This record gives sequence, structure tokens and C-alpha cells, in this order.
Amino acid sequence: MTRFKKFSAVTLACLCMAGSAGAIGTATDAAVQARQAHMALLAANLGVLGGMAQGQIEYDAEAALAAATNLATIAGLNQGAYWAEGTAAGEATGSNALASVWDDAAGFAAASEALTGATAGLVAVAGDGLDALRAGIGPLGGSCGGCHRTYRQRQ
Amino acid sequence: MKRLLRWLVVFAFVGAAVGLYLTRPHLLAEDALAGLTGDAAKGAVLFAAAGCASCHIAPGTEPSDTPVLSGGQRFVSAFGTFIAPNISPDPIAGIGAWSDQDLVQAVTRGVSPEGQHYYPAFPYASYQNATLGDVLDIVAYLRLLPADPTPSQPHEVGFPFNIRRALGGWKLLFMRPGWVLPGPLSPQEERGRYLVESLGHCAECHTPRNLLGGLKRAAWLTGAPHPSGQGSIPNITPDALGWAGFEISYYLETGFTPEFDTAGGEMAEVVLNTSQLAADDRDAIAAYLLALPALGDE
Repeated sequence: MTRFKKFSAVTLACLCMAGSAGAIGTATDAAVQARQAHMALLAANLGVLGGMAQGQIEYDAEAALAAATNLATIAGLNQGAYWAEGTAAGEATGSNALASVWDDAAGFAAASEALTGATAGLVAVAGDGLDALRAGIGPLGGSCGGCHRTYRQRQ
Repeated sequence: MKRLLRWLVVFAFVGAAVGLYLTRPHLLAEDALAGLTGDAAKGAVLFAAAGCASCHIAPGTEPSDTPVLSGGQRFVSAFGTFIAPNISPDPIAGIGAWSDQDLVQAVTRGVSPEGQHYYPAFPYASYQNATLGDVLDIVAYLRLLPADPTPSQPHEVGFPFNIRRALGGWKLLFMRPGWVLPGPLSPQEERGRYLVESLGHCAECHTPRNLLGGLKRAAWLTGAPHPSGQGSIPNITPDALGWAGFEISYYLETGFTPEFDTAGGEMAEVVLNTSQLAADDRDAIAAYLLALPALGDE
């Protein structure tokens, strides 16, 4: 009986390992897709604020504040799971992340914090009128660009 | 036989003399700056428009309001690797000891104070169309920036491209003065042309080059492979880009594309510069780009 238990445990362990090995490809793809979905969520909310700043959408303090708050919430998500190692450009389908994301983890974390800071700054001013919104988007664009410049593959 | 030899020697001498004449450096006239004074405040904005800091700050450093132009960034090309020099006001390592005449000549003629040709990795072929007043304003601003004693590194360029005199031939072929987009243009489009074709030197990256590294003017701003071999630089003529004027202006202000992605790579640094321009100037750049003939990728 004990021997059987041991045998089952080993079999189970083997099955699990085999299962996870088989899932590596899809888990990697899922991580990249999750990152891209994350960026798309940011872009959708930026679209509202940018549209107002460009004069394409009429400024609405409530809608602006809601979009800015969304940006801050999205930027503040813990994204550890989908910035998993082994998902750089060349390692995972569709990935544009440079190896520097992981090689320079401290710098990447600082860039991520810069975004959180910029979105918090935007939340503070987004409801204060169009000029305040326009001025607040500048630093946000700078933080997006700053990170893309260093950590995203040239396209 | 002796006579033929004599003629050959004569031809060789004449050929060499013609060659030396054609490849001679074209110096800035001694009185070119007479009556002009540099205005550093105006120069700060023009310095951003000309993108000087993007290439001349030390590698890996962040651009700031008072950039340290100590050089050292490496630019890989088919002809070798060019290393941006120190142009900070340090009197030994940088340009502190240069006269205004020296600096304006370097920028608009691509000729050093010693009368040597610079490599066209320095975009003087674009800057030659800048007004001397604007260049002098940039010089006045440059002199106020922090000095740095880091020595400039020699370029890593092999034979035959290391023959500086031959660059006189390159200039003869490819450094044509004047505008690429002909008129008539509105005043706004003309301002945009000045910013794009001269100070902004956009074509240096966005226009394909021939085997000798000259810009293919017939394919103006239609994009090019990235010189590093990885990635490409986009076609920014109207149909290929497909952006409205306000979208181009907004991109140059914030870095956001119409899809609210952002500029990456070197263009993110360009946006750091264009974000400092007056809104009218960004609109002028957009107006110029939309006035270009719509061309496909080469």
C-alpha cells in the first residue's frame, strides 16, 4: 500500500511536470497577450483624455477624471505574472519586450513607478479644466516614451 | 615613349590639382557673421529644434534642461562607427576655445576650425540651410551649458572612408544647398519646411540613402532601413503615414500616436525636443509633411 502511494505520488509528480512543460508555450503567449491587453486598456483611456486635449472630444471634467483614475488604477496593478522571465522578444510570439526589462529590473521598476507617478499627477488635475488636463498629459507621454525608448524593441 | 610618360605625369599632376581643388573645404566667409549677435534664450529653443543634445549627450544619460554635451554615443553605419564628440564648453575637450566663426562654420559647412571636412554623420548637409542668425543663437546657448572634460573618441572608420579629403567629393555630390520641396508654399508650410529640412534634419533618418550614403531626394521622407540593421524608420509622406495634421502635432508634443501608443527608439528622444517647440512650430511641421508628395516606400 505504501509502495503504491509512493508510486502514485511519483506518477502524479511526473504528470504535473509533463503538464506544465506542455503548457509553457501557451503560458508565454498568455503573458504577452496580457501585457498587450494591459497596454490596450491604457490606450483606451488615454484616447478619451487625448481626444479632449486635441479638441476632438468636448472636455468633460467628470469623464476626464474617470479616465485618469482608470489609468492610475491600471498602472498600479501588480503585473509581475505577465512580465515573466522568458517572454522577451524572440522568446515569445509577438513580444517586443527587450531583454533589458529583466537584465535591468531596477530600472524597469523605476520606469513603472514613473508611470504610476504621472498617472497620479493626472488624476490630481484632470478635473480642473482643459488647460490643466493638457499640461498633465505631457509628463505622462514622457513616461510612456521613456520606458518604450529603453525597454521596447524598435519596430 | 618618353613623351607619353611626360604627358602621363602632366595629366596626373593636373588630375591631382583638379581633385584637390574640387574637394577643398568651403569656409564660411570671414564677414559672414558681421552685424549678428547670438541670443541664448532664442538659442535654447532652436537647440531643441536642431536636436543637438540627442546625439551629443553621454550614452545612457537622460536629457535635461542643462544637458552635458560630453559626447560618446556610437552611430553604427555601413562606413564605420562614428562617435559623437564632446561639444561642451570645456576649452580643451570641447568647443570652449572656438570662435563663433569656427562653430557656425562647423555647423553649416561641415568644416573644422583646422579646415578639415567632418563626416556627414554630423547633419551639416541639413544645417547648411539654416539662417546664420539661428545658428549663432544656438552657439550662444551652447556656451552656457556645463563644461565636461571627457575627451572625444576617434571615429572607428577604415580605409578608404578614413580619407577626410574625399569627403569634399561627397559634399560636391550630395551637399546641395536649397530646399527639396519646391514652392509655392504657404508661410506656415515654409516655416515647416525650414524646421523639417534644415534644423530638424528629419530626412537624415527618414530618407533612404544610396551606396555612397547620399540622400535619395526623389524618395524624400519615404522611410529607410535602420542603419543598425534592426528595424526600420517609417515613411512619413501623407498617404503612408495617414495621420491628420492635429495628430502629427499632438505626436510631436506628447509622443502619442493616433492609437495612443507612443514613440519608441530614437523618435522618443526627438519628441523630447519637439515638445519644447512653440505649438505653431509643431503645426508648421505637420502642414509641411501634409504638403509632401505622397510616395510609397522605396
